[in-house]
Amino acid sequence: METAPLVSLRDVRKFFGNWEVLRGVSFDVQRGEVVCLIGPSGSGKTTLVRCINHLEKIHSGRILVDGQLIGYREHRGRLVEDSEKRIAAQRQRIGMVFQRFNLFPHLTALENVTVAPVRVQGRRPADVEAEARDLLARVKLSDKAGNYPSQLSGGQQQRVAIARALAMKPAVMLFDEPTSALDPETVGEVLDVMKALAEAGTTMIVVTHEMGFAREVADRVVMMDQGAVVEIGTARQIFTAPAQERTQAFFRALR
Amino acid sequence: MTGDINIDSAFFLKYLFNPPAIVWRGLWLTIWISVVAQALGVAIGLLIALCMRSKHGWLRWFGRFYVWIWRGTPMLVQLVLIYTGVAAAGFYKYPDIEIGPFTFTGPLQAALIALSLNEAAYMAEIFRAALASIDKGQFDAVRALGMRPYTAMRWIILPQAARIVIPPLGNEFTLMIKGTSLLAVIGIRELFGTIQQLNAATFRTFELFVIAAIWYLVLTTIMGFVQKRLEAHYGRHDLPANAEIKPSGFRGLLSGQR
Repeated sequence: METAPLVSLRDVRKFFGNWEVLRGVSFDVQRGEVVCLIGPSGSGKTTLVRCINHLEKIHSGRILVDGQLIGYREHRGRLVEDSEKRIAAQRQRIGMVFQRFNLFPHLTALENVTVAPVRVQGRRPADVEAEARDLLARVKLSDKAGNYPSQLSGGQQQRVAIARALAMKPAVMLFDEPTSALDPETVGEVLDVMKALAEAGTTMIVVTHEMGFAREVADRVVMMDQGAVVEIGTARQIFTAPAQERTQAFFRALR
Repeated sequence: MTGDINIDSAFFLKYLFNPPAIVWRGLWLTIWISVVAQALGVAIGLLIALCMRSKHGWLRWFGRFYVWIWRGTPMLVQLVLIYTGVAAAGFYKYPDIEIGPFTFTGPLQAALIALSLNEAAYMAEIFRAALASIDKGQFDAVRALGMRPYTAMRWIILPQAARIVIPPLGNEFTLMIKGTSLLAVIGIRELFGTIQQLNAATFRTFELFVIAAIWYLVLTTIMGFVQKRLEAHYGRHDLPANAEIKPSGFRGLLSGQR
C-alpha cells in the first residue's frame, strides 16, 4: 500500500465549449514527490491543476487524491457531481496557491492564515494563531503579521498565500504559476520558500515557467502541449535528454 | 413691498429652540421608522441580491421581478395601496400588534412594510453591483480553502462588499429619512405630519416648514458624519502601514448629499 499514489489522474478530459483543453491526461504523483508541469501557454497546465481541487469540472476520466474520487461519486456505474458539502470537505485536504495570490484584502496577513482553520475547521482561535505565527515565520514574514495585503510586496503576498494554504494541513499543495505575477526581484524569495517546503517532504504539483526551479527541485517533470502530456520523466532526463521532439523544440524556443 | 412680509420671529424662535412635546415625538418617530425600515431594507435587499446571483433560474427571475415592481412604481402609490388599498379590499385590516411594551398601529405596520420592501429593491441593486465587483480570484480562494457558501459570504465576501456598499447606503438612508415625510398621507404623525398639524392650528406656514427643513437637515448631516466613520472603518486596509486613520471632519459633509 505504500506505493499507492497520493494523486492519480486517469484519462482526464475537459472541454471549454467545443475546444478540448484536456485530451486524456494521466499520471500519478507519489507521496512526498514534487512534480512540475511545464509547457507552452495554453497547453492546459493551469486548467489541469484547477481540476485537481475541482475548481473546474471534468467531462470524463477520474482524479483521485489519497484514494478519494475528487468532485464526483459513482452512481449506478456513472459519475455524477458530488454535493457541494463533500467537495468543500475534499478541498480542505488540497492546498492551492494562485498566480494572482488572491489574498483576502480586508484581513491582515495573520488573519488570512487563520480564517480558514477557524471558520472552516472550527478549531480554537488561540491554537490556530500560534500555528499561523509559526507558518509566517516559516515563510519569513513574522514581522508582517499585522499588515494588510495592500501593504505587502507581491513576493510577500505570495508567501502569505503559501502560509494560508499550509494552515489547513493539506495532503498535497498545488501551485498555479506562483511566480508569474511577481516582480523579478521577488521571485527568488518565493522560490526559496517552495524549495524549503519540497525539502521538508511536502507533496507538490507546480505549474511553472521557472525552468531553473523545475530542474533543481522537481522529482519528475510533466511536459504538456495542446491539452496532452508530451512526456514525463525525471527532471534530469527531461532537461538533459528530452525524448520527444516537441519538448526539444520547447526548450529551444526558451533559449 | 416689505410691508407685506409676515414673519413671526418670536414664534419661529420658540418653536425652533423650545418646541412642544409633539415635535419631539414626531422627530423621534421619523428617526426610528427610518432606522428600522432601512435595516429591514438592507436585510431583505441582500436576500434579493443573493436570489439574483442564484444558480436557480426561478430565483434569479424572482429577484429581477421584485426589483422591477418596486422600483417601477411610486412610493406614494405603494404606501396607499399597502395601507388603505389592502384594508379596503378586505385582505388585511391592520389590527394593532403589541410586541412587549411597543404597540404597532395599523398605519405603522403598513409604513414599515412599504418602506422596507421599497428600500429592499434599491439595496438589492446596490448589493448586486457590489458583489459583482469583487475579484473572481476571491471566489477561487474561498473554494480552494474548503469554505461553504455561507462561511465564505459571512467572513470573506460580504465584508469586502460592505465597503463598496457604504457610500450608496448612506445615500439611501438620507433618502429614507426624507421619504418618511410621505407617511403623513396615511396619518402617521412623524415630523412632517406633526408640522402639518401645527400649521393647521397656527397658520405659521413659513416658520414651521423652515423649522421642519432645519430638522431634516440636522438628521441628514448627522447621518453623513456616521457614514464617513463607517467608510474610514471599512477602508482601513487600503492605507499604507503607518498612516493613521482620521475622520475627514466636516469637509465633504456639507456637500454631495442628495
